[in-house]
Amino acid sequence: MAPRKTPHVTRNPDLIRGIGKYSRSVMYHKRGLWAIKAKNGGVFPKHAPKAKAASPVEKPPKFYPADDVKKPLPNKRKAKPTKLRDSITPGTVLIILAGRFKGKRVVFLKQLSSGLLLVTGPFKINGVPLRRVNQSYVIATSTKVDISGVNVEKFDDKYFGKKAEKKKKKGEANFFEAEKEGENALPQEKKDDQKLVDAPLIKSLESVPDLKAYLGARFSLKDGMKPHELVF
Amino acid sequence: MPFKRYVEIGRVALVNYGKDYGKLVVIVDVIDQNRALVDSPDMVRSQMNFKRLSLTDIKIEINRVPKKKTLIMAMEKADVKNKWENSSWGRRLTVQKRRAALNDFDRFKLMLAKIKKAGIVRQELAKLKKTA
Repeated sequence: MAPRKTPHVTRNPDLIRGIGKYSRSVMYHKRGLWAIKAKNGGVFPKHAPKAKAASPVEKPPKFYPADDVKKPLPNKRKAKPTKLRDSITPGTVLIILAGRFKGKRVVFLKQLSSGLLLVTGPFKINGVPLRRVNQSYVIATSTKVDISGVNVEKFDDKYFGKKAEKKKKKGEANFFEAEKEGENALPQEKKDDQKLVDAPLIKSLESVPDLKAYLGARFSLKDGMKPHELVF
Repeated sequence: MPFKRYVEIGRVALVNYGKDYGKLVVIVDVIDQNRALVDSPDMVRSQMNFKRLSLTDIKIEINRVPKKKTLIMAMEKADVKNKWENSSWGRRLTVQKRRAALNDFDRFKLMLAKIKKAGIVRQELAKLKKTA
């Protein structure tokens, strides 16, 4: 049927959910069923059923499991992308709370599609490279850095993924030697990426006094500091 | 050991408990042994227990239960705001508020400034020690 041009309005408005304004007999007249009947000689028109295409004869399957196994209900839920805290915007200084770099103050670049935050030291200042960090392990300070000169388009989760290992041939002599070679050598490309990101960042950091020293220092709780009363 | 700050009409007090914590209010009437009627330019006149008030040294000239306009005029005349902000108590409170509102970066800069000041003081002290 062609789509309707105006939305269909019901001829029988609801008084309350489940109870219409007009009775069955009134609706009969409103819908004009008497006119349809009259046009068809006193009987309601019947249409011949559409001829069904002959379906191929289905053989019973060759194999079916011995016991009836219950199928789990289908789950169509989709995970929403992690909501970024309002206090975290590109250029915010974050304090990392756990892991190798705990206590380090670090600059936030962008949120990746997995929900993790892309962050950089800058490397020259505090040794934190381009790295992913979880929002939950981070305190956002209210200090913002100008990040407009930095291009972070090319970084995504795949960039940080583990490289697929080449299958090693099994050979006893080579076993112990081959493992050590080239395990964790950082590819030159990643070092260049780090420099590309950090150079404009460091320039904008230098414009604010003491900011470089601030990022180079670690955060720690001192005597008398109450985290729930501190303003970050 | 006599008392110096008395509960009287016109005494300025600091609220130290409750919804109006930290506000400066004026005692405009005494209700009974425990309560006072209290008013301030930015709040509705209400009763307060004396236990919620800390008396200050400032007193203004008003009649019992003045109109709001009269109260504000009297407070301007006595210059309550400036007297309070220049008193050592008032200055201490301002400093406390400022310290509580410090950013993480501000605290870092403060630490650097303290270290620098201590270094300069120590240098001068060393100079003085040498000459003595």
